[in-house]
Amino acid sequence: MAEETKQQDKNNPESPSRRKFIKNSGIVVGGFALGGVLGSLLPRGGKDETTEPPPEDKKESKPAEGFTYALMYFTPEQFKIVEAATERIFPADDNGPGAKDLGVAFFIDHQLNGDWGFNAREYMHAPFYKGESVQGYQGRLKRREIFDIGLRELQNHCMSKYEKGFAELSAEEQDDILRDFDEDKVDLTTISPSGFFKLLRIATLEGAYSDPLYSGNRNMEGWKMRNYPGSQMAYTNVIDKEFTEIAPQSLKDHLG
Amino acid sequence: MAKKLPKVDVVIVGVGWAGGIIASELTKKGLNVVGLERGKERKTEDYFMVHDELRYAVRYEMMQDLSKETISFRGNEKIRALPMRQYGSFLLGDGLGGAGVHWNGQTYRFLPYDFEIRSKTIERYGEKKIPEGMTIQDWGITYDEMEPYFDKFEKTAGISGEENPLGPKRSDKYPTPPMKSTPALNKFKEAAEKLELHPYSLPSANLSEPYTNPDGVARAACQYCAYCERFGCEYGAKADPVVTVIPVAKQTGKFEIRTHSNVRRILKSGNKATGVLYTDVTTGEEIEQPADIVVLTSYVFSNVKLLLLSGIGTPYDSKTGKGVIGKNYAYQVMKGNATGFFEKEQFNLFAGAGALGMTLDDYNGDNFDHSDLNFIHGGSIAITQTGQRPIQNNKVPSGTPLWGKEFKANSIKYANSALSVSGQGSSMPFQHHYLDLDPTYKDEFGDPLVRITFDFEEQDRQLAKFMAEKCSGIMKEMGADHIDSLKELGPYDITTYQSTHNTGGVIMGTSPDTSAVNNYLQMWEAENLFVIGASAFPHNSGYNPTGTVGALAYRAAEGIIKYSEEGGMLA
Repeated sequence: MAEETKQQDKNNPESPSRRKFIKNSGIVVGGFALGGVLGSLLPRGGKDETTEPPPEDKKESKPAEGFTYALMYFTPEQFKIVEAATERIFPADDNGPGAKDLGVAFFIDHQLNGDWGFNAREYMHAPFYKGESVQGYQGRLKRREIFDIGLRELQNHCMSKYEKGFAELSAEEQDDILRDFDEDKVDLTTISPSGFFKLLRIATLEGAYSDPLYSGNRNMEGWKMRNYPGSQMAYTNVIDKEFTEIAPQSLKDHLG
Repeated sequence: MAKKLPKVDVVIVGVGWAGGIIASELTKKGLNVVGLERGKERKTEDYFMVHDELRYAVRYEMMQDLSKETISFRGNEKIRALPMRQYGSFLLGDGLGGAGVHWNGQTYRFLPYDFEIRSKTIERYGEKKIPEGMTIQDWGITYDEMEPYFDKFEKTAGISGEENPLGPKRSDKYPTPPMKSTPALNKFKEAAEKLELHPYSLPSANLSEPYTNPDGVARAACQYCAYCERFGCEYGAKADPVVTVIPVAKQTGKFEIRTHSNVRRILKSGNKATGVLYTDVTTGEEIEQPADIVVLTSYVFSNVKLLLLSGIGTPYDSKTGKGVIGKNYAYQVMKGNATGFFEKEQFNLFAGAGALGMTLDDYNGDNFDHSDLNFIHGGSIAITQTGQRPIQNNKVPSGTPLWGKEFKANSIKYANSALSVSGQGSSMPFQHHYLDLDPTYKDEFGDPLVRITFDFEEQDRQLAKFMAEKCSGIMKEMGADHIDSLKELGPYDITTYQSTHNTGGVIMGTSPDTSAVNNYLQMWEAENLFVIGASAFPHNSGYNPTGTVGALAYRAAEGIIKYSEEGGMLA
């Protein structure tokens, strides 16, 4: 397996990603004979930018459409509830957009259809016993199942308390419903209300602040709000300086 | 029937820091070594897309797949141990380089006090100072004997640092100068000096400048990109086994690494190991690899598990305190800290390096008088600037709700204005803290999981409170407008990240009655079996353990070479 990878690298030692990587890194390599690892990242024979092959036919390219803003797990109704609930957890304010405009609900939808939603890399073998809280999650349900149940129960709780669905409630009423879950004031047998709320809360932060690659943090607005520069190759020039604002970059910027 | 391969001189189980050091030292001396690694191959080029907090830090890209194997845990013997189904308290490594790839690089030497902890505690305070059930013991080696090995590891890794004003004697200075300092670190330094404490730059495996080590391996300097712990280094600037010791071993032509090879048993005949049995996880095939010498370098849990499953060494019995395999499991008391919120200042907290920090030892080991304190030992205190990645760092002053308008506003307001000063408390062993095999839960092969029985004790609660007070004092001097600090340690909770500093289980010492290995980490009960790692620590100090693991690995390598020539017990 390792051999295969090596072979591919050999076939394509001048891949654009390598050049871009070095270009973005901000490292001064001149004057220092780099052995070892960094040396191996550089194109062989000391080639530089000028040897870059001419760009292929320049066709007018339109900005990419947001094809990932569709659903792979939620029903439209579930999606609406998640969009409304995450917006209360992380609302739009003077700092910038809230969860809805950051695409957090799309992020959660996509995540639920992957390893995280299936608890694929976690120990899910029987027997299941109720443990102490310090022993961590001991349920048999996967996150996607917890979301299904949690969203249904959220809706039920809204209907019995306000006779309306979550998305139709006022912001104050929505907060009240979420608080009931957060503080375990809802009587559920299948899942822990506060456990579901915690899951929703952390997923909201993940959606607001992960690389836009995952369909949240739209246009890096989550990062911009808190002056987080995203994925930069080097901070050598600012590390010992006073606070510095830097325009953010995403992982996309590291691909040639 | 397992396929049987031709015999080799040495087989190593797990190729991380310990395995890599053993491989490089032994192959340099001409021994033929096979390294069996259960995970995949790793290289620097894997990390082009490494600045991805979700994938690496939150979804644990580089960690052991818990669906295949985990540990089980209980706070005490009265309750049922349950599996650690999801990550929390510590993160298990996997793949070439092991946890050595995704560490921060904070590289300390344990104190002279640590190696002779029982003798020195009794000498200064009397035997009554050691509470009932606390099973501290001397390590069977002194700091002076360890010093050359610390020096060797620091030079291999290229540790960047400056002299610790309270540190023990060194034969040489650090091979590279300290990392750059930052306004936040300077603030800590000035405050600590005003309080007449002794701050110094945290010894770092993230190189401060380009460096060529004694093996001829050249590496570039750290770029302060802020993605160290939980990530691999795309520059090779952070010392890890893949960019230091493993290529040296490979270059000799005498080191064969087999990845995807999960060792299941150590094979034995009489009181000697004869090789190992492993599964090629890509085919499911069982393979026997005979060897003259077997070296376990597979982290605390797998070292203990393999010995217990293979019936080698006397299992520990917590009722009697007799037996050794699984004994003295210890951890780290991490929660004694203080966070300060600054109204008028912002710092470049998005930037940093895993081991960029300022630290002090005034409250570590026995550097201060414990006569009127209800605990022994202590911990290092540090401020670090490792990079405040936005998903996992949302500090808000106490009283702020954890969601909604106010949470969002405060978490953004303080994103670059909250600093923490943290105590890294030592962890003392107790008779009822240990590792054994779980009676219920199994791994992917149907073998039992390792079971942890561990909780915090009065020693830990007192220590954490003490550290939190000292940290708050420094933070106050730093001028924070609002300070939050630990009030009560509470029980050990496996769900919140503390540190991947698990220790003990195959401890070193002077007698087979009280220890599993001698001071060359050679098994008392199987002379051609060496067990290396923090599993050898009889207790854990108030520091990150890797520096001491590296030093012990060099010590063991020397022993293995001697054993390969002369045989017999080395100590």
